[in-house]
Amino acid sequence: MCGIVGLFLKNDTMKPQLGELLSAMLITMTDRGPDSAGIAIYGDETADTIKLTVQSASPDTDFPALEKSLDSLKGNAPTLIIRDTHAVIHANANQGDAIREVLNTAHPNIRLMSYGQSIEIYKEVGLPKKVVERFNLTKASGSHGIGHTRMATESAVTTLGAHPFSTGSDQCLVHNGSLSNHNSLRRQLNREGITTQTENDSEVAAAYLTARMNEGASLGEALTAGIADLDGFFTFVVGTRDGFGVLRDPIACKPAVMAENDDYVAFGSEYRALVGLPGIEQARVWEPEPSQVYFWSH
Amino acid sequence: MPIIDLSENGLRHLNETLQSQAQGTNQQDWEIINPRGSHAIAVGLDAPIQVTVSGSTGYYCGGMNKQASITVKGSVGPGVAENMMSGMVVVEGDASQYAGATGRGGMLVVRGNAASRCGISMKGIDIVVEGNIGHMSAFMAQRGNLVVLGDAGEALGDSLYEARLYVRGSVKSLGADCIEKEMRPEHLAQLAELLERAGTDADPAMFRRYGSARQLYHFNVDNASAY
Repeated sequence: MCGIVGLFLKNDTMKPQLGELLSAMLITMTDRGPDSAGIAIYGDETADTIKLTVQSASPDTDFPALEKSLDSLKGNAPTLIIRDTHAVIHANANQGDAIREVLNTAHPNIRLMSYGQSIEIYKEVGLPKKVVERFNLTKASGSHGIGHTRMATESAVTTLGAHPFSTGSDQCLVHNGSLSNHNSLRRQLNREGITTQTENDSEVAAAYLTARMNEGASLGEALTAGIADLDGFFTFVVGTRDGFGVLRDPIACKPAVMAENDDYVAFGSEYRALVGLPGIEQARVWEPEPSQVYFWSH
Repeated sequence: MPIIDLSENGLRHLNETLQSQAQGTNQQDWEIINPRGSHAIAVGLDAPIQVTVSGSTGYYCGGMNKQASITVKGSVGPGVAENMMSGMVVVEGDASQYAGATGRGGMLVVRGNAASRCGISMKGIDIVVEGNIGHMSAFMAQRGNLVVLGDAGEALGDSLYEARLYVRGSVKSLGADCIEKEMRPEHLAQLAELLERAGTDADPAMFRRYGSARQLYHFNVDNASAY
């Protein structure tokens, strides 16, 4: 199984409620996957600033050490906001490569979850409710967000094996299903210079979309190409800095329900996930068609 | 009329209450409120009662139904009326995938659209969908009737046995061994009866009939090389 939720706000005044609404949606989907859970939030942006979300199994020692390393970077020292096992590094846009170099060379135990102007990803092993509490996600504000609760099939139950997966700037993907050609596709993408961190099939789907978008494709075009190149069962929900996309494979046995009104577009693996949204009774509710790319952007 | 609030009393209480209704019960009308997409609402009923679900449901609403008449004032998740034996299930909104799967009797009516695999492996149920149906509908359907006022998706009636399929709109493609068949007077009469029972207003003359070519019933030695 696995449970997916997504919320894309059209009404800016609802931004402060994003974390609360999305967290409640995700917790409703707990019984579709109790292994691990995660949420990607597209939050407020500051001009010329990037955010890198990092994770450590030993945050008490790793994050102070990281802070020290970051202090020695050229230019303004980046700031580190720690939330449990995760930390968000806020830095000047031109410091991104230097910070990734620091992470790779001096902090091998710290994992990069996401980077970009807007995205923050929080994911851990455990039930959605626990994960939401650990990272105080009900208080998160933002324009759109995606959540996932996992029932593992293709790779181990670890923090890095949890969704969402981010393989490009401000990009993320969650997946319900299983891919059958992920090993060959991973090798092919590696040859193209796209790296992955896990043995997970869903990460390959994320990397595939990143590769297509690096070549200049829009998210919609990348998803369309995925229908031909990704073999297996999938319902994907994908986020970019200003966009939100949905795609189901041609067989479409993995469930999906969507709702839209003037305030938002919402996605749930089941209708149960959507019932707490304001105005859902009057919203247009439908099941996305197989092989059809759905895409919204701000 | 008793009203059961699912948000207060829970699913087990709801189904135990409805399942314990005796054949000659005087309490014939029930309403379920706040279904909020819950699974397995009003399953396994076996008494001639009328149940109204005020809202949308999740998986397997009305599954294994016998005798009862269940109306959902909303949409339903996957597997509505799965393995229904008799009675009637009416969905006023849309139905998700495999609506009426393996049903043996009774009637399922969907006033909106039904998604993929509608009537998969049906074994005697009658299904009327006023909107469209998705791909692979009536896959391996054995008996009963599937009536569709709208369009049918890809591979309709793949590996069909003796179920009858009546479609008023377009059919994207027919599955293996499914062919269009002549509409004879007995089919028009049967279709008129089905539409009337479903409370659906449509002219039987506007429909086409599809059924099994019966070419897959027996092993054909010319196909031996395919295995």
